[in-house]
Amino acid sequence: MAGHAVEHDYHLIPPSPWPFLSGVACLVWGLGMVTFFAGLVDRTGEAPMMEWFFGNGLDTLKSSIVGDGSVSGGWFFLLIGSLFAAYVMYGWWKDVAAESEAGDHTPVVDIGLRYGMIMFIMQEAMFFVGWFWMFFELGLFHKVRATWNPDILENASEYATSMAPGVTSVDAWHLPLMNTLILLLSGTTITWAHHALMHGDRKGAKWGLFLTIALGILFTFVQMYEYAELYHYSAEGGHPWIGADAYGSAFFMATGFHGLHVLIGTIFLVVCYARLLRGGFRPEKHFGFEAAAWYWHFVDVVWLFLFAFVYVVFALNGGGAH
Amino acid sequence: MVAIPHGDDHGAYGDDKPGFFARWFYSTNHKDIGTLYLIFGIISGLIGGYLSFMMRMELAAPGISVFNSEHDYLVFASMHGLIMIFFMVMPALIGGFGNWFVPIMIGAPDMAFPRMNNLSFWLLPTALICLLISFLVPGSASGDGFGGGWVMYPPLSTSGSPGPAFDFIIIGLLAAGFSSIFGAINFITTILNMRAPGMTMHKMPLFAWAVLVTAFLLLLALPVLAASLFMLFTDRIDGGTGFFDPAMGGDPEMFQHLFWFFGHPEVYIMILPAFGIVSHVVSTFSKKPVFGYLGMAYAMVAIGVVGFVVWAHHMYTVGMDVDLKAYFLAATLVIAVPTGVKIFSWLATMWGGSITYTIPMQWALAFIFLFVVGGVTGVMLANAGVDVALHDTYYVVAHFHYVLSMGAVFGIFCGFYYWFGKMSGYLYNKWLAAAHFWLFFIGVNVIFFPQHFLGLNSMPRRYIDYPAEFELWNQVSSAGALITLAGVAAFFVMLIEAFIRKRPASDSYWGEGATTLEWTLPSPPPYHQFNTLPRIEDTDEH
Repeated sequence: MAGHAVEHDYHLIPPSPWPFLSGVACLVWGLGMVTFFAGLVDRTGEAPMMEWFFGNGLDTLKSSIVGDGSVSGGWFFLLIGSLFAAYVMYGWWKDVAAESEAGDHTPVVDIGLRYGMIMFIMQEAMFFVGWFWMFFELGLFHKVRATWNPDILENASEYATSMAPGVTSVDAWHLPLMNTLILLLSGTTITWAHHALMHGDRKGAKWGLFLTIALGILFTFVQMYEYAELYHYSAEGGHPWIGADAYGSAFFMATGFHGLHVLIGTIFLVVCYARLLRGGFRPEKHFGFEAAAWYWHFVDVVWLFLFAFVYVVFALNGGGAH
Repeated sequence: MVAIPHGDDHGAYGDDKPGFFARWFYSTNHKDIGTLYLIFGIISGLIGGYLSFMMRMELAAPGISVFNSEHDYLVFASMHGLIMIFFMVMPALIGGFGNWFVPIMIGAPDMAFPRMNNLSFWLLPTALICLLISFLVPGSASGDGFGGGWVMYPPLSTSGSPGPAFDFIIIGLLAAGFSSIFGAINFITTILNMRAPGMTMHKMPLFAWAVLVTAFLLLLALPVLAASLFMLFTDRIDGGTGFFDPAMGGDPEMFQHLFWFFGHPEVYIMILPAFGIVSHVVSTFSKKPVFGYLGMAYAMVAIGVVGFVVWAHHMYTVGMDVDLKAYFLAATLVIAVPTGVKIFSWLATMWGGSITYTIPMQWALAFIFLFVVGGVTGVMLANAGVDVALHDTYYVVAHFHYVLSMGAVFGIFCGFYYWFGKMSGYLYNKWLAAAHFWLFFIGVNVIFFPQHFLGLNSMPRRYIDYPAEFELWNQVSSAGALITLAGVAAFFVMLIEAFIRKRPASDSYWGEGATTLEWTLPSPPPYHQFNTLPRIEDTDEH
């Protein structure tokens, strides 16, 4: 089959170390996740996650280093796994950017990348469907189900702390509203950057993208500030908190995973900014940028749903706001 | 189904394969990655098969004789389910045959994202290692490993198994889930974007259709599983969340909804690729195009769509409202319609055909027969009233092993014997393959048919012991496990013999009945096929 030249426009890729290394990094990271959150022995009744983030995290870290920590050194695996994964992502992304600039991304490959990104965002949307489903189930149907579930009827007291009216919710018109405006504004700045890029105004594109990144980071800080406020509020016996009830659980995990996706989107934008500074992207061909913009709009839309239902509707449904 | 392309040379620019390590660890070649998936599936199948064989030996007689504790038995039962589903059937059908033959069948040189394809594979060993570690670390007070069943219902999977064993399973399943999601993105993009010139969607081989529908199911179902696994993970942390904890206002039933919203599409994820393979095999060995090609394709689409709205038929006994039960009953019965379209189209394909009873055809015929048996018991179980009596009995075990252990697995072997020569370049010994088929066919039927009787007599599943009344059919069932073991041995003898003898396979060794593009290539195909894309002529023939 000694053959003839390639006559198609598809992009055949030479062997690459990144996927295999990703698998290894994932294994290290997974070991870290289990040892950090669970430890390799039976649970001790401590709450390492929230303590670590908002409590005496630094003390725990120090005592872990000297070996008598309660978290059994899991953070070490987690850190190594995360750094390993970051290295792999850097190498992989660099290869893709180089291939793009080398002209490997022909029109048909470009369409394939678009399909891939659309599918990726679809699965992200389904991930949030899971969290919203949980939220609506707890919020709307819990009492309905109680009318036919004998377990709830017989053990009414155990179900008493459900997300019934009376739950204290976060004031939607305070920090959450600010965050909504921040994200909406970032949606306009990234569109500005996109149009500037399409019209060859690289300076405008850089400014637009820079502002988008700044707004993304600002969003993350406001969200962290809100969490810290809630943590201290709940530490004084207030409400809600993650370990307090199902509302706290749904609230923190749904907004928390959204926050994680904002971080991912921010990293994606930073990569695009670095490519832009290095002279990458052309007015007619900049799919890496567009993919980041699509993703950014996706996290924006998820936030709007969170704001509308988890914050606003529950403030209306619930009792006094914090 | 697909017209023969013109143009004579579909060769590659030489077989310049990379060195061993780069070729198998850093691979970006869909055929090599498909081979890795198949080897991985065989290894996982041996692990999962060992677990089930030990359970069958334990159940051969009343009393506890093989296992040290009830907990160990439950660990084996749980892990058997997880390993067979996520690490045997899915890698073999989707990763293995999907990678090998979807690009070739649609006339593409490789997958759309070759690197991500390899990531999909390498997440699986990571995931399997996590699951194997879970055997060795504390699960609950009863011992090591997680024994809460493959469905992982809380509170068995939260406060019932506080040790890290289940955390490892969560991480492993998340890795396997991301592997499948990346694979699904890759397949959808490949199929939508890389079909050869002239190959419209309505000329695409049915196996590619099957993998396309499967990929959409994976893409939309697995993220919900990922969300519910994260909920379990944080529920298990002390001072963590309370999604499924009634004391915190949570709802344990909600996990079942989330899980089965994934879990029901999952059963179609496992069976649809087998449908595709069987369609090709039946058509090839009847020397006729598939009857009702478009109906076959859209029946799979219909199964995929309806498969998303029937999940709660797994939960009839949790205390659901009777109206909900009525809805899920009716919706579930609807699935029998497109499935019937497929069964009758296979029969109509054979009708009047020039049938040759080759090894893959035998597997395909057995698939159709046994899948119908499993499908009919499924229609019975779909009835909410009947299910109250049969829920969690061996009748359910028999049902889903008829559709999976004899549906999906027979589909895997059907494809394996159909394409073995194409993948390896060698022909297998027909007598050894026939021995494998008959031992396996008789063995699995002897295992699972008596379990219908046990279930109808209310023997519950997931118990290590049973009263003496159930002894006879359990003995028969365990004897079937021994026959199946002999069949597995015959499979490996067949495999070793074929690689020792190295009888070369011709390009199209099944003759004129095999019309898809892989039969236009040498056996095995060149390292990169279709440097000149095949052009599909515009004919009305399917």
